[in-house]
Amino acid sequence: MKQLLDLAGAFGYISLLTVGGGMAAFPELKHLTVDTYHWVTFPELMHYYSLGQLAPGPNMMMVASIGAQVAGLPGAAVVLMAFILPTGLFTFGIGRLWNHLDKWPWRASVQRGLGPVAVGLVAAGAIVLARGALTNTLTITLAVGVFALLMLTKINPAIPIVASGLVGIVLYLI
Amino acid sequence: MSKPVAVPALPLAPPPSLWRLFLGFFIMGATSLGGGVIAYLRTGLVTHYRWLDDETFVELMAISQSLPGLNATNMSILAGDRLRGWPGALLGALGMCLPGASLMTAAAFAVGVGGDDPLSKAFLHAIAAGAVGLVTVVGVQLGAKMLYEIADYVFVAITIVLVAFLHVSVLYALVGVGAVAIWWHRPRKTGLPDAKDPEHKEPAS
Repeated sequence: MKQLLDLAGAFGYISLLTVGGGMAAFPELKHLTVDTYHWVTFPELMHYYSLGQLAPGPNMMMVASIGAQVAGLPGAAVVLMAFILPTGLFTFGIGRLWNHLDKWPWRASVQRGLGPVAVGLVAAGAIVLARGALTNTLTITLAVGVFALLMLTKINPAIPIVASGLVGIVLYLI
Repeated sequence: MSKPVAVPALPLAPPPSLWRLFLGFFIMGATSLGGGVIAYLRTGLVTHYRWLDDETFVELMAISQSLPGLNATNMSILAGDRLRGWPGALLGALGMCLPGASLMTAAAFAVGVGGDDPLSKAFLHAIAAGAVGLVTVVGVQLGAKMLYEIADYVFVAITIVLVAFLHVSVLYALVGVGAVAIWWHRPRKTGLPDAKDPEHKEPAS
């Protein structure tokens, strides 16, 4: 029970930090799930995050994996509710208020001001992930390759990521 | 001939039943592979089902992006609410999240069974490297949309240093740098000339 409450508290808190995308909260996700509560190891977290990129729908549904690993199906359910419900209710409320906020001069300021912070948080998340994931020449090459391919073409991101995995398997077998 | 990008203004479809709404979001949630769910949502909601016009979609997207929470989930809540009130918001978010969440729950059990197998480890390590490339692209694209002036880049740099190198909590960085950045972009009276006075000239600054 205590564990489910910890899960709810941690993921409810993390969800509030996902400004600009799930990656913005990644450093805090690592801090809480790996360093504080020891629910997963850092490699496990990276693996779930990467698998999550291959799953359909919102890209942070991988939080369900952590909940399931810690406390089975109830864990997954509690984590999902904690992750989606608080920000969901907030969005619902603001969505209804939005037309009134139209005349509030600070609305544009909030949007313009939070933009750069969101970009910075996503970049910081990428750096934290890179520290764990890019450990040798192969992984650096794969990351640069996927980056270049996605910048230069309109290919579905799932394709080069699965291809990276296959390269990893082939090189392991050789 | 006329430009192919011009979308003819088709009349909107009537709001769907709650079941049709759930099914629509569930299908979008199950087929939006490889991230970029917003593009799938636009194709589904605006082009395919014709539940929203493009103008409304862009407006809802602006709200989604400036609030905490996942973009795709926020969009589903806002669009569901516009279509069928709060039950629509609930079922829209549920339909969007259910396929991915079920798969990732199943993945946890699968990794628990086969995670120590060296082949799956080689696979998972390699896709993590690929994911770094993807996340960097997402950051660059977000930056292209959000950064306008040198001060914006300074805020980005400060946030990165605080979170990634000084290990300051994301919450403190968000609130601290966010407050300074919002204040920097605070409303200025001169920025809002009286719209009724076309002769109004901004003083050169």
